Amino acid sequence: MSDKKDITLTINGRDHNVSVDPRWTLADVIRDHCGQTGTHLGCEHGICGACTILVDDSPVRSCLMFGIQADGKKIRTVEGLANGDEYHPLQKAFIENHALQCGYCTPGFLMLATGILEAQPDISDDDLNDVLSSNLCRCTGYANIIKAVRIARDEMKAAS
Amino acid sequence: MATATNRMLGHLGDSVERLEDPPLVTGKGRFVGDINFPDQLHMRIVRSDHAHGKIISVDTSAAEAVPGVVAVWTTENIDDVPPIDFREGSDPTLALFRQYPLARELVRYVGDPVVAVFAEDPYTAEDAAELVVIEIEPLPVLINADDPPQDFKGQATTEAAIVEQGYGDIDTTFANAFKVVEIDVKVSRHTGVPMECRGAIGRYDEARDVLEMYGAAKVPHRNRDTLCRMLNRPASGLHLFEGHTGGGFGIRGELYPEDVLVCVAAMRLRRPVKWIEDRREHLMAANHSRQQRHIIRAAVAEDGEVVGLDDELYLDQGGYIRTHGTRVANMTTGTLPGPYRFPVYRSICHFRLTNKTPAATYRSPGRCESTFVRERLMDAVAVAMDMDPIALRRRNLISLEEMPYGRALDVLGDSVEHDPGDYAGLLDQGLAQIGWDDLQKKLAKRRANGEMVGAGISMFFEKSGLGPSDGAKIFVDNEGFIEVVTGGASIGQGFETAMAQIAAEDLGTDYRRIRVVHGQTNRIDYGVGAHASRATVLTGTAVSLTAQAVRAKALDMAAELLQTSADSLTITDGVVHAKDNPTGPSLTLGEIAEALIPTSKLRGDREPYLKGEEWFHIEHQTYPYGHHIAVVKVDPDTGGVEIEKYFIAYDIGRAINPMMIEGQLVGGLAQGVGGALFEEFTYSETGDPQAVTFADYLIPTLQEVPDPEILLTEDFPSIRTPLGIKGAGEAGITGAAGAIASAIDNAIGIPGAVTETPVSPQRLKKILSEHGK
Repeated sequence: MSDKKDITLTINGRDHNVSVDPRWTLADVIRDHCGQTGTHLGCEHGICGACTILVDDSPVRSCLMFGIQADGKKIRTVEGLANGDEYHPLQKAFIENHALQCGYCTPGFLMLATGILEAQPDISDDDLNDVLSSNLCRCTGYANIIKAVRIARDEMKAAS
Repeated sequence: MATATNRMLGHLGDSVERLEDPPLVTGKGRFVGDINFPDQLHMRIVRSDHAHGKIISVDTSAAEAVPGVVAVWTTENIDDVPPIDFREGSDPTLALFRQYPLARELVRYVGDPVVAVFAEDPYTAEDAAELVVIEIEPLPVLINADDPPQDFKGQATTEAAIVEQGYGDIDTTFANAFKVVEIDVKVSRHTGVPMECRGAIGRYDEARDVLEMYGAAKVPHRNRDTLCRMLNRPASGLHLFEGHTGGGFGIRGELYPEDVLVCVAAMRLRRPVKWIEDRREHLMAANHSRQQRHIIRAAVAEDGEVVGLDDELYLDQGGYIRTHGTRVANMTTGTLPGPYRFPVYRSICHFRLTNKTPAATYRSPGRCESTFVRERLMDAVAVAMDMDPIALRRRNLISLEEMPYGRALDVLGDSVEHDPGDYAGLLDQGLAQIGWDDLQKKLAKRRANGEMVGAGISMFFEKSGLGPSDGAKIFVDNEGFIEVVTGGASIGQGFETAMAQIAAEDLGTDYRRIRVVHGQTNRIDYGVGAHASRATVLTGTAVSLTAQAVRAKALDMAAELLQTSADSLTITDGVVHAKDNPTGPSLTLGEIAEALIPTSKLRGDREPYLKGEEWFHIEHQTYPYGHHIAVVKVDPDTGGVEIEKYFIAYDIGRAINPMMIEGQLVGGLAQGVGGALFEEFTYSETGDPQAVTFADYLIPTLQEVPDPEILLTEDFPSIRTPLGIKGAGEAGITGAAGAIASAIDNAIGIPGAVTETPVSPQRLKKILSEHGK
C-alpha cells in the first residue's frame, strides 16, 4: 500500500524501532508490532476507552491516534504500571476491591486513572466520577471501580 | 464436608481475592486477539447491506487481485459445509431456518456474511473486502414480528414455531373472573455486548491431523461436538481452546458463522486463520436478544387472587434460527408465572423470523422478559383492584408450606419444581431493610412538593444449575500441587477462584495452590461450560465430590503409612496429620502422591496416583429467588430518569465467595439498567440497523448505574445440591426493568404508563406530554 516510515516508540522505557504504515493506529502498532498486548481494543471509535494509554503522561485513546504520530513520544501502557513484582497502588486496589471481572476494560481504566491521579492528586470524588465515566465496563457495574480508584488516590496521596 | 478445624485461606464462604486477577491487571491476559501463530492469515467478512434479497451475483475479481490476498470465498467454495446446527442436537422441525456460514441464494439481514476474504494482514483483508461487489435483488422486508408472517424459501412461513405452555382451564377461569385485566407490553431488542468483540483462530496441525480453534468461550465442548458433526471429524481430532474471555453474557461463545469459517479455511488453505470482529460488525452480527411483545391478561378474584394468566407473545427471532433453537421461547413461557401461584396458566409464543440480526440468549433469557411483563401486569392488577401493589403480590406468592412447588411447565427439558424458599419472608426482610413505609411517606411528601419521584418493586424467581450432569478431575502431583480439570468455562465471572475454593475445602489446602483448568476440550471429555448460571452449581458440585474422593484416598494411604486409622486424620495446609495432634507425625499431600505412583511398593492394590474423577447428576434445576426495589426521579424537562436508590434481595442458598456474588448482582444490574433505560437496536423501514456504534447503542457509564444495596441471604440452601448452592449469574438483571418501570409510573403519577423498554427520554417525554405533564 503506502510507503512505510521508520519510527521509534518508547514504551515503558524501552525503545521499539518499527517500520509502520502511516495509517496503522497506535493501538495496532503497540499490540501487533511491539508485542505489548495488554492494551485492548473495544470499539475502535474512541468511545469505550479500553485502549487508553498514556502518551507523554496524558491519557489517550490509542485507537484514535496513528502510530506515526507517536514517534519519539513517551508511551506508558499497563505492562509498565507495576514496579517489578510490586503492584501499583491502583492494581492493588483493583484486586482487593473486586474492581474487575473479565478484565478486558481494566487496562484502560488503570491507565486513565493513573494519568488523572498523577496530574490531579487531590481530585474530588465528583471530578473523578466525571473522568472515569469516559470509559465503559460491562461486567462490574462500576461501583467497585470507583471504590478502588478512590482508595488508590488516598494511598498515593499519603505516600507522596 | 471438611473436618478441618483450622481454616485456611479461601474456603467456602470466604470473600478471597480472585486467582484470575494478577495477569489481568498487569496486561498479561491472553485474549483471542493476543494470540498469533506463525504464517497466519487474516479473515475479513463481507456482509450483506440488504435486509432481505436474492443474491444475483458476487464479483470477487478485484479483491482477488489485491497483493497479499490469498483467497476469496463465497458459499460456492464451501458448498459441502452444512448450515450451523443446534447446540443440543439436530431438530428436523427447525432445520430449514438455520444459517449457512456464508449466505446461500438469499440474504436475510444486514450483516449476513456473504464473502470471506483471506489475506496476509488484517488491513489488506479489509481493503480487499471493500472491492467485492455483491448484486442483490431486494425482497420485501419484514421488520415486526407481530406483522403477518411472510414466505420463507417457498417452503414455510416466517412463523417458524409456536411454543405453547400452560395448565388448567383458561376459558372457564376467565369467564368466571371477578375482573379481567389486560396489558400490551414490549421489551426492546438489545443484547449482551461484551467489551471484547468476538474472535476466532483456526489452526490445522497436519502433523497430528488435529484441527484446533482458539477463541472458544461459554460452551467449548458443545461447540466441538457441533463442529465434529458439521465437518465430519472425530472428537479426538478437533479441539477448542478457551483463553481469557472479555465478557460472555450468553451471546459470546455460541457457534457462529465466523467460527466455522476459520476452521474450514485453516484446513483448506493449510495456514492458521485469524478473525477478529470489529465493533460495528459485532452490533449487527453477534446474537441480539430480548425483543418480545406480550398481550397478557389476568383473571382476578374479588380478594385479589390472580386465578388465571393468559399470554400471547410475539418473539422477534431475526433472520435465522441459531444454535439455541427455540430455547428463549421455552424459557419465557416456562418461567412467566414467576414466584406466584397462578392456578391456571397459558402462554402462546409466536416464534417468528424477521429481517434483522438473529436473536438468542442474553443473561437471564426468558426470565428478564417475562419478569418485566408479569410485574407490569401485577402493578396493573393492583391498580384495577385498588390494592396496594405489595399486598397484591403477597396475596399471590407461593408460600413456604407449598414447597417444593411443582408446575406442569418445562424449562429446558426440566419440569419446573421450585426449591423450598420463603418468598414472602424475604420480601418482609427486604422491605424492612429499605424502610419501605417510611420511604413511601418521604416520596409522597416530595411529590406533594412537585418532584417526580417514586418507588417500584419487581419480584422474581430465577433458574440455575441446568442439568443433567457434570464431572471433574483432580490430580495431586508429587510436590503437592493440585490441578482441577473441568469442562466449565470462564467468561470473567471468577470460575477459577470458585472452583479452587470448593476444592480447597476438602483438600485442606490453600486455594492459591490449586490450578483450575477450563475450556480445553483436549483435557476432559465432557463439559457444560458456563451458561444458565450452572457453572458453580454443577461443575462446583462435581469438583466438591471429586475433592472428597481424593481426600479419602489421601487419608487412606496416609493412615497406612502413619499406622493409624483414616478417621483419626485430617488435612491442614496440605499436610496430613492426626486430628488431635497437629504437630505429631505427618505427611504432605506430595509425599502421599509419591507413595501412590504406579511403581511405588507402598501403593498396595490401590489405583495409581493421588487423583480422582467424579460426576454430579442433578435431579432438577435449582430455583433461587429475590426482588428488586428502585427509587427514581424523573426530570420532566428532559425525560431523563435518575436512579436515586436501588435494592436487591436474593437468596443464594450457599455463598462460595460473597464478594464475587455481589459483583455478579451489581454487574447484572448495570446491564438491567441499560435494557430498562438506554439500550435498543432500532431499524429503518428497509431493515437498516441504526445502532451500529457505541454512539448509537448506549451502554450505561458509571453516571447512570446506581451502587445498589444488597441483601444476600443463605436461608434456603438448595435441596438439589449437596452444598446447597444456587446460581448467582443472572439475578442482578432479572428484576431491573420491572422495578424501574414501576418506579417511573409511581414518580410521574400515571399508573401503567410504561409499556415498553427502554424508557428513553424520548419515550418518557411522549408519555408525559400525552398526559399533559
